[in-house]
Amino acid sequence: MSPASTDPSALSWYEASARQRVAALADPGSFREFLPPTARRTSPHLPLFDLPRAFDDGIVVGRATLDGKPVLVAAQEGRFMGGAFGEVHGAKLIGLLRAARDLKPAAVLILFDTGGVRLQEANAGETAIAEAMRAIAELRAAGVPVIGLIGGRAGAYGGGGLIAGTCSRLAVSEGGRISVSGPEVIETNKGAEEFDSRDRALVWRTMGGKHRRLIGGADAFADDTVAAFRAAALDLIARAPAFDLATLEAEQARLEARIARFGDCRDATEIWARLGVNDPEAVPAMTTAAFDETVARVEEAHHDAR
Amino acid sequence: MESLTFRHTTQKPLPGSVPSAITGVVASGNLEVLLERVLPPDACEVAIETPVTGYAAVWEAVVADFVARAQPGGLRISINDGGARPDTVSLRLRQGARLMEA
Amino acid sequence: MTDWRSEARLRDERLAAGRAHAEGKVVPAGAAIDLLEAILRPGDRVCLEGDNQKQADCLARALAACDPARVHDLHMVQSGIVLPEHLDVFETGIARRLDYSYSGPQGGRIAKMLYGGQIQLGAVHTYLELFARYFVDLTPNVALIAGVSADRDGNLYTGPNTEDTPTVVEATAFKNGVVVAQVNQIVDTVPRVDIPGDRIDFVVEADRPFYVEPLFTRDPAAMTETQVLMAMMAIKGIYAEYGITRLNHGIGFGTAAIELLLPTYGERLGLKGRIATHWALNPHPTLIPAIESGWVKQVHCFGSEVGMDRYIRARPDVFFTGADGSLRSNRAFCQTAGLYACDLFIGSTLQIDLMGHSSTVTRDRVAGFGGAPNMGSDPHGRRHPSDTWMKAGREAQTVGDPLLMRGRKLVVQLVETFGDKLVPTFVERLDAMELAKKTGLELAPVMVYADDVTHIVTEEGIANLLLCRDADEREQAIRGVAGYTEIGRGRDRAKVEELRSRGIVRRPEDLGIEPLDADRALLAAKSIKDLVHWSGGLYDPPAKFRNW
Repeated sequence: MSPASTDPSALSWYEASARQRVAALADPGSFREFLPPTARRTSPHLPLFDLPRAFDDGIVVGRATLDGKPVLVAAQEGRFMGGAFGEVHGAKLIGLLRAARDLKPAAVLILFDTGGVRLQEANAGETAIAEAMRAIAELRAAGVPVIGLIGGRAGAYGGGGLIAGTCSRLAVSEGGRISVSGPEVIETNKGAEEFDSRDRALVWRTMGGKHRRLIGGADAFADDTVAAFRAAALDLIARAPAFDLATLEAEQARLEARIARFGDCRDATEIWARLGVNDPEAVPAMTTAAFDETVARVEEAHHDAR
Repeated sequence: MESLTFRHTTQKPLPGSVPSAITGVVASGNLEVLLERVLPPDACEVAIETPVTGYAAVWEAVVADFVARAQPGGLRISINDGGARPDTVSLRLRQGARLMEA
Repeated sequence: MTDWRSEARLRDERLAAGRAHAEGKVVPAGAAIDLLEAILRPGDRVCLEGDNQKQADCLARALAACDPARVHDLHMVQSGIVLPEHLDVFETGIARRLDYSYSGPQGGRIAKMLYGGQIQLGAVHTYLELFARYFVDLTPNVALIAGVSADRDGNLYTGPNTEDTPTVVEATAFKNGVVVAQVNQIVDTVPRVDIPGDRIDFVVEADRPFYVEPLFTRDPAAMTETQVLMAMMAIKGIYAEYGITRLNHGIGFGTAAIELLLPTYGERLGLKGRIATHWALNPHPTLIPAIESGWVKQVHCFGSEVGMDRYIRARPDVFFTGADGSLRSNRAFCQTAGLYACDLFIGSTLQIDLMGHSSTVTRDRVAGFGGAPNMGSDPHGRRHPSDTWMKAGREAQTVGDPLLMRGRKLVVQLVETFGDKLVPTFVERLDAMELAKKTGLELAPVMVYADDVTHIVTEEGIANLLLCRDADEREQAIRGVAGYTEIGRGRDRAKVEELRSRGIVRRPEDLGIEPLDADRALLAAKSIKDLVHWSGGLYDPPAKFRNW
């Protein structure tokens, strides 16, 4: 893809590479990469499996400004091994989060695009997930908002879904998906009757951006452009919730209430109906404007405790 | 994995002063090309790591055509291949050269 | 005394036997096997309707479940071998002989069964050939067809996928044959009558609706920069140069990219109204942006496409529709239109040899022809001129009186030099020849013969074979666009440069196209969702193509 001929404001988030997203999201020319490709900090494990490496191990990290304010940014490349966490990939994210404790930027932005942990480096990957969650908790406690942006083809699955759950705020697009177990995993374990992973409408109804936004699992819904994600990120930084006992207790209470209220639903459309959406069947086809209006009427979607 | 390295002498250096650039992604049928201006102005080296073995002659031809056309003197070019077709390789190499000329 | 009515009497016997299982014409799904056992005779020629889209699947299951002691040695004469049951009948001896056109998903199994001698193959046909033979020497004794609904008198509504049905029924019903239709639903009044009831002898209410595969949906999200580049070259180097208004597209990603570039790149070149106005084409979802941008005057269809029904209903100026508003397609007519009334066919293939013969056959699959050879051939029966046809004719023929000149149809192969898994498209010898030997076919299954193809477009450029004056030039022109394949690397560089100077080989830069500008941003739609937006919400894509 030649970035020169693509208008960054119209650049599709879903289509863009991690590097294109970062470059177009940040203030023009402001991004400085840590451990760039020239450093060749590649996976030591993949060659053992006869698999190709990437010079950045599938994640771009660095600092930039957003509307003039300093931010740290991590962006996963969902097309390299499904954006999965390996040892170096995870270490780059954790290093960035730890640096943020000292640098105290206006926010840390994590551009999720991941299927979870890289099978070939599973132990290192799992450890990285845990360490990233801890680092985010410490960072939020120190008053730095951590904003997750989710709209890539790999979504935020597995450990990526867990990390997303620890962020201060999440913005998601229609194409973005957030969950822990992926559709294929559910189908493999529970059967196609339980969840048909090839029924993509079902997948998106259950894990996609609109559903996550409606139940309050994400705090902003963005059009599939880098410009829309930038606007969402700026908005979310400005209204990051406190990270204190009250927030956590409210989150716990809310999760319990969610199970009680929706636990017997067989399909996301039933949940949307209970949320007060007039025409649940129409939600997937709604334009962003119509969907925003629908969200505005759903109380559950607006909540400090996600 | 197969590692291939091709060294060429060019008639001139690649214009521009960008020190390094990267284009493409390591994915099925795709590749990433890292270009660094670190060699003498009449030298170009292309190093390839590919999981698809047995295509050395094709790589050699693609690289030779690129060098003849772009005259990328001064560049060390490193490729991580995900099984890209030759036309995609050509395209990425040319995209990379354009980024370096900017 | 000569008996002039033996066939008619046999038909009466079949009908009488069948009626034992029917109430009037209506047969419950559970009695379908009994019905078939009653009306079929050993050795019958049977058309079990298998089209591109709609399948008489309930009747296929019933036929496969018949008792081979009663029903055997049938001669199947149908366009599509698509369902497993279409071949199961050969394993049990229910069927013996086969004449067909297309076997996409069953291509591997057909090859094995031909090799193992379980199938006696008559021939693999193009659609039009097989349809033609229905009226000459392959007339069915029994036709088992599919429709959406019927009334109790047998008046049949095929739905938008009319496809082969009228042709099959015409040949069977008017030559003493028996026609059995499966329908999803029996209704009091059908939305429109596609086949009059007096041509339908029995109606079976199927246990479940017939399955339709979305064969013509190409997700713009999967299109590559290379396909965009090739589409740019085709539009600028062929469509614009020859002023192509009447055309047919294949079903690959390359031609879908052309459809998506018309409202962007084509618009920029000022070609709107001058190219791509009249089509013989299935309702490709990727044509929606061009239609909505006012490029397309009209489209006649072989069959329909899943999810396009509402859109087509809302665009009757463009599509052929019935009084009920839904699409009326017809494979035989559309094939004829593509053969005689289109000036260009452009499609993809798997292999091209040094002469320009092409084939979609691989070593172990007999995929059949379908309709591409009808579209992709120069019809010698054509007599009406058009600017495109005449221009191509002049390029091909430089001597003789212009009044005696034949025009030429443009037959364009749009291929990437390497296919999946780095398999080269250009080869010394077609795999089809190997397969013909192995399976005892008299003819190698060639999709488009060398003397029909006029241009080959690859990411390396366009080879204009009309302008080649001898076999050597032709070979070098093909090598000249074969890129880094062994064929391409074996080219005579000096000769190719000479061909380039004569415009026989044209590189992107010769056309004023910079390959680095071939960006997906040029696609009028980059996703299926974009197509839905273009259609104003009328296009309803199948679930497997959605990510929302």
